[in-house]
Amino acid sequence: MADFTLRLRRYDPESGGPPYWDEHTIALEPHRSVLEGILTAKAQHDGSIGIRCSCRAAICGSCGVRINGQPGLACHTHLEHAQATARDGVIEVEPMGNMPVIKDLIVDMDAVHWKKIQRVTPWLINKEPIPEREYIVDRESMVDVTQSMACIQCGACVSDCLSMEVDPLFIGPAALAKAYRFVGDPRDAAQYDRLKDLAEDPHGLYDCTHCFKCIEACPKGVAPMSQIMRLRRRAGSDHHIKDRNNGERHEAAFVTLVKDHGLLWEAELLPRSYGGNSFFGKFAPPAALELVDSLPVITKALLRRKVTPAGALKPHKIPKDDLKQVRRIYDTVEGRDERFELNLYISGYDEDAEPAFAAPDDAMASAGGPEGSEE
Amino acid sequence: MPSHDVLIIGAGLAGQRAALAAAEAGASVAIVSKVHPVRSHSVAAAGGINAAINPADDWRSHAFDTVKGSDYLGDQDAIEIMCREAPKEVLHLEHIGVTFHRNEDGALDLRAFGGASMNRTAYVADITGQAILHVLYEQLMKYNEQIDRFEEWFVTSLVLDDDGACVGAVAREVRSGNMEVLAAKNVILAQGGAGQCFKPTTNALICTGDGIAQAYRVGAPLMDMEMIQYHPTTLIENGFLITEGARGEGAHLLNGNGERFMEQYAPNKMELASRDVVSRAEQTEINEGRGVGPDGAGIFLDITVVPRKRTLEALREIVNIGKDFAGVDITREPITIRPGQHYIMGGVKTDIYGRVPDIAGLYAAGEVACVSVHGGNRLGANSLLDTLIFGRRAGEHAAERAAHMSPPEAGEAQLRADVAMIDEIIGRERTGRRISEIKDELGVELNRTVAVFRDEAGLRHAHEVVRRLKEQAATAYIDDRGTIFNQDVLGAIELGYMLDCADAIVVAAIERKESRGAQFRTDFPERDDDTWLKHIDLSRNGDETPNVSYSPVTITQWQPEERKY
Repeated sequence: MADFTLRLRRYDPESGGPPYWDEHTIALEPHRSVLEGILTAKAQHDGSIGIRCSCRAAICGSCGVRINGQPGLACHTHLEHAQATARDGVIEVEPMGNMPVIKDLIVDMDAVHWKKIQRVTPWLINKEPIPEREYIVDRESMVDVTQSMACIQCGACVSDCLSMEVDPLFIGPAALAKAYRFVGDPRDAAQYDRLKDLAEDPHGLYDCTHCFKCIEACPKGVAPMSQIMRLRRRAGSDHHIKDRNNGERHEAAFVTLVKDHGLLWEAELLPRSYGGNSFFGKFAPPAALELVDSLPVITKALLRRKVTPAGALKPHKIPKDDLKQVRRIYDTVEGRDERFELNLYISGYDEDAEPAFAAPDDAMASAGGPEGSEE
Repeated sequence: MPSHDVLIIGAGLAGQRAALAAAEAGASVAIVSKVHPVRSHSVAAAGGINAAINPADDWRSHAFDTVKGSDYLGDQDAIEIMCREAPKEVLHLEHIGVTFHRNEDGALDLRAFGGASMNRTAYVADITGQAILHVLYEQLMKYNEQIDRFEEWFVTSLVLDDDGACVGAVAREVRSGNMEVLAAKNVILAQGGAGQCFKPTTNALICTGDGIAQAYRVGAPLMDMEMIQYHPTTLIENGFLITEGARGEGAHLLNGNGERFMEQYAPNKMELASRDVVSRAEQTEINEGRGVGPDGAGIFLDITVVPRKRTLEALREIVNIGKDFAGVDITREPITIRPGQHYIMGGVKTDIYGRVPDIAGLYAAGEVACVSVHGGNRLGANSLLDTLIFGRRAGEHAAERAAHMSPPEAGEAQLRADVAMIDEIIGRERTGRRISEIKDELGVELNRTVAVFRDEAGLRHAHEVVRRLKEQAATAYIDDRGTIFNQDVLGAIELGYMLDCADAIVVAAIERKESRGAQFRTDFPERDDDTWLKHIDLSRNGDETPNVSYSPVTITQWQPEERKY
């Protein structure tokens, strides 16, 4: 047994007062969870502490919170670990972000999370005819979508989604991962329509900035961002959906620029993404419009000396050998007959797997296709 | 006052399946749950769902395994229905989107499970319950218009009309504190089990026997309440479940001498004998000094014998549980487990349509109910099946009944009483005990005396403790004086539910003076078919100890015989 001090963010909606901090010291074994710590404080000191919880074993998804500023499940974090990452030795627990607080650590998931889930038509639209027995499908495909089925709807990824912070209408990581669960399901009849819908939505597929926050936050290894990237690959590479947000072109611009120069060439990015094929070659009017729209950003970048006018006009250079290496990556990836997608269940690090893909986790699983877009 | 054809209380697998079935049959449906539906404890079911899908299998074989597993206390008419309808139900789940694991041919893969004579457990890695629950919730979202969801509403009482028919429930919206009568022509109980009466338990904090107690309080009979399943593999640290799927995939149980001791107890089925048999074997090894770990109170579960790739693919969740909650890499070293409270075979007595005898309009399905398909011991992967089959049957039957009825007349007397009851709890002086203390004492006592091995003295002691705690609960105080999300006051009500369940459990265990299934009496170690091949029914007797009566076991084609694995 050891003493741990918890600093809980409390909010009593009936008091009329603002949120406040409330400290409790409890004695528990160090490998017990932060949730058990909170429940001990609740049982012994103050029964009015509000937190949703049920299973205590990271499967029901009730107890999403922020611990020392990081989103996750309270039941999934050991006290000793939480104490080690605390700023001042006191474990700080706050409600999740991006959702309104109802009371103490309880947030309104209906208003945000579940609304977004409902947005992606979250049920199977069956391929007809429905067979008498089960659908016969590829073994790997079921295992593949099981990764997004592993989502427990805890909201940790929503809590810290940076895109959602900027654009509250962003469909978001959890709901898009849910969408992949159908798009990746060979029994679903509406894959194209789903992808088209999500790509055309200005708050959809291409609104993700690729920041990895959701992958870090997810306690179940769902890696929502990887699912979003898979949606993009299916939309762009498989279904050739040219969305009105220019997401697909923007992504392609990244890929070809890096292929050609080894590094990004910012001045070329906008023209290639919008309208024309090149600022210096075929210039198209829509690119000019976008450039005018982007003037404030460009001006700011110039003022902050992130770019110089001279530097912008010529591409960055990397050593020849390095560029060769980059090309080799492209050759390998593009030379494959099929995309190679790793996931939580189809893991790349087992003894009999190809050693070339010794990826430690799913963050590396996107070796198969073009991606990377920053809106 | 909202009014529906069918009101379902509880939104786990049984509740959601009932709601979908009733809606499909054309009824207006409301489903109410004290937590968001996907938080329901069905989510924790890991290993899979049994069905004789393989053309080489036969539902009769499944039924016989279930009868034998129940130690012949299961009602065979109900078991036949469950096993016969199982393949269709599992295929239905597949059609609405459950991502069942496939074999190399792309057809459903089936894994081995305890007490089964062949591989017949369909699964989604080791998150089968979660996968099914979330897919059913997808369907609830799809049928948004037909099914009204009351999420995070806590039911405080059932409402009966003047004729004694069930016509609704009183519920409190947790978020606002608002209380209402939810009127209905029929009510289906689907709130799950009462595992929180025990400490530790694999059950979630929400499993507080709400439905069992609510039904009991309005006069419904409870049946088989002494039959409490101890799961053979729960984590020694905290009682978390390690799925039977691990043994299904081939894992071994080892004692302190490194022996696969199941050879002594079940030479044919070894680790895959019935759960009661395996738990008893483990507890015997521990009691006789051949345990492992601190105080020799555990047993090794060795999953390293399963190919690592298979473990990572099919037992992903317990890889995580081992790592996160025990600091053990199960693919590299054995993990220490012990038997732990897991399931209650007993519950609200129902017929094969889920109807509760004596109370018109009241149904029950799933763990809250006792049909009885599990009898003295439930087979692994039969609980998901039970919830879905009898959830659907109850939903269909209730919808059909509602079609011929006029709207219910639910008065507001119970509403007023429940509002007053909650005000009284919130207003209590801080003179009694804390709710949490009483709950702890109850859990520890039951886990000590109503566990794998039981005897008269221990059970009598438990009964005294339960009666005393009931008195203390009446004056126990809470801290939260608020209205919005007052979880404290709901905890006090849940404690009352648990104590009613505990009372029934202990009384039934005292009553059954033999050893059958999960009930092993060290003072009556033999099964006694002449006297005890019958169900123990309990009914409420005011605030006193419940009344005991008996009902016969339905036998169709399998006469009791000696049970060997």
